[in-house]
Amino acid sequence: MMTMTQKILAHYSKRDKVNVGEILSCDVSLTLANDVTAPLAIDVFRKTGVKDVFDKERVALVPDHFVPNKDIASAMQVKKMRDFAKEYELPNFFEVGCMGVEHAIIPEKGLAVPGDLIIGADSHTCTYGALGAFSTGVGSTDLGCAMATGKCWFKVPPTIRFNLRGRLNPGVTGKDVILYIIGKIGVDGAAYAAMEFGGDGVKTLSMDDRFTIANMAVEAGAKNGIFEVDDVAMSYARYHSKREPKVFTPDENAEYLAVIDIDLENVPITVAYPHLPSNARTIEQAKKDHIEIDQVVIGSCTNGRLSDMGIAAKVLRGRHVAKGVRCIVIPATQQVYKDCIKLGYTDIFIDAGCAVSTPTCGPCLGGHMGILAEGERAVATTNRNFVGRMGHPKSEVYLASPGVAAMSAVAGYITDEIKEDK
Amino acid sequence: MTVFKYGDNVDTDVIIPARYLQIADIKELAKHCMEDIDGSFVKNVKSGDVIVGGRNFGSGSSREHAPLVIKENGVACVIAQSFARIFYRNCLNVGLPVLECKQAAKEINGGDEVEIDFEKGIIKNITTGKEYEAEKFPEFIKRLIEAGGLLEYTKEMVKCTK
Repeated sequence: MMTMTQKILAHYSKRDKVNVGEILSCDVSLTLANDVTAPLAIDVFRKTGVKDVFDKERVALVPDHFVPNKDIASAMQVKKMRDFAKEYELPNFFEVGCMGVEHAIIPEKGLAVPGDLIIGADSHTCTYGALGAFSTGVGSTDLGCAMATGKCWFKVPPTIRFNLRGRLNPGVTGKDVILYIIGKIGVDGAAYAAMEFGGDGVKTLSMDDRFTIANMAVEAGAKNGIFEVDDVAMSYARYHSKREPKVFTPDENAEYLAVIDIDLENVPITVAYPHLPSNARTIEQAKKDHIEIDQVVIGSCTNGRLSDMGIAAKVLRGRHVAKGVRCIVIPATQQVYKDCIKLGYTDIFIDAGCAVSTPTCGPCLGGHMGILAEGERAVATTNRNFVGRMGHPKSEVYLASPGVAAMSAVAGYITDEIKEDK
Repeated sequence: MTVFKYGDNVDTDVIIPARYLQIADIKELAKHCMEDIDGSFVKNVKSGDVIVGGRNFGSGSSREHAPLVIKENGVACVIAQSFARIFYRNCLNVGLPVLECKQAAKEINGGDEVEIDFEKGIIKNITTGKEYEAEKFPEFIKRLIEAGGLLEYTKEMVKCTK
């Protein structure tokens, strides 16, 4: 009697049944690395002594962290990836101009479908669980070896089941759901475990909301986050990929480490205070605290998709960013960027006084494109608010949804309302 | 072996801030280890010293640079109440010894002198005289460590399938 995660791990290790705690060698559907982790993985791959990668189509390389290259050192790192992709004729190297933030572009390009087993040398690889895939982050050595063999070892994790019920109130998003959950269970509340999301409430969540929720499973310490597959996930997969999805469903009597019911109606608009994603507060509390801000970042692998841009544009239409606040908007892929132009969002952002950037992880990890000075404070739709994450060790990051981020940009402090000038 | 003690949730962004990750030279990179929470760590740490953390040590990013810079600074072992999973895997892969031991991690203080028997997983606090037994590694992990890490293990695997 198995959970979704157990079933997928069983499938890829060619077993009928796997038990929690067992260590398995599994075939992988896709390996992924970025410009920070690929250089180390390439060194490891070369040392394994194989002549070629396990499958040219299934080794994806996405330079996204420090691109377009911010300095000579980062240019050297991407050059190493580019040269490797050329040498091994890898079709899924996404060059600047065609790239996107990895966890946005991989599903968009149809490289992740339900039932896949994906590893990536990036902790937010857990994003593809939104489509009912098993996907998890690993380091460069694990990845380099898997590029050679097509295999990776896993300890079968226990699963925490989240039964989502009802639907979200207006203005509440997937970001609020995951910040609310992490606030309840803590940053190691799902350590080493799978977070399985199911229940009637799932069908009310858009694909983008699910990507956001699965993306931040790692912020609760989870190995992976995974959603039950429904028509929404199937139509996303069929639209973006020619590959046949494999649907795994949890057994009715699957064993769970814990079962947590979440009534979506009860999820408040949520903000995570510095310096942990689990420092969740309701927006009501944040408004009482009157937190003035210097910068807003709307983007990232967590919230840089088209619906996120749409929410921000709806708020910013005909309004202007508050004096003294910088607002940086980063559509997560070239396609999202183009759609923003076509739908008029880009005009809205620029008229509102936002800086609109080509896709990059940039400020999310304090890389470039919006670094905070000492004592500065930002609201970001990103995923981490650790010490020094977006710049100076004495700067602060508050995590929120795109709606809250945009409204805060207009107000100059953290809020979910717009007070129009009389 | 002198102990450097830290709290819960020591994340990879403080172990090695992302703003330095474009630095390819590990010696250069290692100079920034822990700087956002302990500016004097790199100056004070000596070869063979030990880091003791609380819960969820190494949370956050998958960057293998985190265990690499700790190792580069000469740290012989990280002891914690619990580890974040990617960091834990990365430590095994880069050959930085890690021991999970709740009580040791709670009771050992910064500045204490400790001795570790890696074979038996025994941590001895010389300062207080107390002894602790760390969690055992699963069989497969032991084989990985004995093979010299995942890369060596994979090399063997590749040879066997040729």
